[in-house]
Amino acid sequence: MTGSIKEHYDSYVKNVTPTASTLKNVWNAFWIGGLICTFGQLLLEGFLALGMDKDTAGYYEMVCLILSSVLLTGFGIYSKMAKYAGAGTLVPITGFANSVASPAIEFKKEGQVFGVGCRIFSIAGPVILYGIFASWVLGLIYWITHYVF
Amino acid sequence: MYLGEASIEYQDGVYIQGYASIVGEKEGQGPLRSLFHDVENDPLFGGDNWEDAESRLQLRIANTTIREAGLELKDIRYVFAGDLLGQLIATSFGLKDLNIPLFGLYGACSTMGESLSLGSICVSAGHADHVLCMTSSHFASAEKSFRFPLGYGTQRKLSATWTVTGGGGVILGNSGGIARITGITTGKIVDYGCTDKENMGACMAPAAADTIAVHLSDFGRCPEDYDKIITGDLGSIGKTILLDLLDERGCRIEKQHMDCGMEIFDSEKQDTHAGASGCGCSASVLCSLILKNICSGIWKRVLFVPTGALFSPVSSNEGRSIPGIAHAVVIESLEQKG
Repeated sequence: MTGSIKEHYDSYVKNVTPTASTLKNVWNAFWIGGLICTFGQLLLEGFLALGMDKDTAGYYEMVCLILSSVLLTGFGIYSKMAKYAGAGTLVPITGFANSVASPAIEFKKEGQVFGVGCRIFSIAGPVILYGIFASWVLGLIYWITHYVF
Repeated sequence: MYLGEASIEYQDGVYIQGYASIVGEKEGQGPLRSLFHDVENDPLFGGDNWEDAESRLQLRIANTTIREAGLELKDIRYVFAGDLLGQLIATSFGLKDLNIPLFGLYGACSTMGESLSLGSICVSAGHADHVLCMTSSHFASAEKSFRFPLGYGTQRKLSATWTVTGGGGVILGNSGGIARITGITTGKIVDYGCTDKENMGACMAPAAADTIAVHLSDFGRCPEDYDKIITGDLGSIGKTILLDLLDERGCRIEKQHMDCGMEIFDSEKQDTHAGASGCGCSASVLCSLILKNICSGIWKRVLFVPTGALFSPVSSNEGRSIPGIAHAVVIESLEQKG
């Protein structure tokens, strides 16, 4: 008797499960992510105005964004922002800082080596690994196209 | 006396002699706030870390339950307890100083049903005068074990449920008491191939449907024989699926059905999405709303069916599905004989 639902269980479940509004998610990601980037741009302009060259101003900007994200993570605010912003807080460098700071805080109780040390990159680790791997692949392609052809 | 496929009916009484529930701050702000024995606003329960917090919660539940039953530690022959953490560390570290023989149980969020089942078998067989059955869960320790660090910025799906910080304990004995356990139906592992750990209701609903159907068939009863049929933590999506699955078997329980996961929070105001989950969800709702209504005679006979999703982060990463399990316990008020 249960045959019919059981046979198409995945599609049945999909039908009865509500999904979040993509439009709303995209809008929130756009304006909150945009706000973070605008803040970054303001920092950059500020450092340039202090007489720094473009590279140095960029480094200081990144340090400030990372610091702000880590502080907001520590005070439990970043995760609340991310609930609304989604990709808007995930994609900028602040999202990467959050993914490193949050396990460090969570696993601190398990010690500096097995807690913080082993777990700090539990979320960011794959990004680092595959980011480096992707850059190596692109480097290889560049090398082939540059020297072979 | 064993019945049908998977049930036991108790001829001699197994009595509920006392119960207690302790919950965290968020649960204490929910619709059942006035029914819990204690609400603790410190998420760490005075402990050093989340696991320690849950251990302290377990110990407090044990002591409060024993006190509520008018008993002392030495009166308890066995404890049947469990939690969600790896190797049951909340239970083992929380209860180690009680010095009472312990059966540590893992049935995921169905553990309260499992502990009441085994406890009632033990009492019914005359192996103990008093046993303590209890479980707990903690939002933060569960998030840490099964999802992401608390500070990590991520979006929860609408089908996700919120793990209850809290738990409940029940003292079972062979005399007196305030309510009776008159039968149990033990659940099988049921797997419909669901893999979404943010949709636990869909993973567990087939198990709940199976246990309820088997129970009704084993006891030769219909849903109308119960004032309430109460599942553990299916949430709103799981509830829809459960009703559809049972409807397909020709069994309609929408009038009797209630889900603990939909009672403990106000999902709109408290932003808990599909509902609540965790061992502590069914345990704390049992030891507040349900037993209060049974003891006061508002409900004469209730089928309590905690539901569990049997997975670990490892099995999930390895791409395995998430099977469910559900254990049914018949609880009756003293005014009605089974």
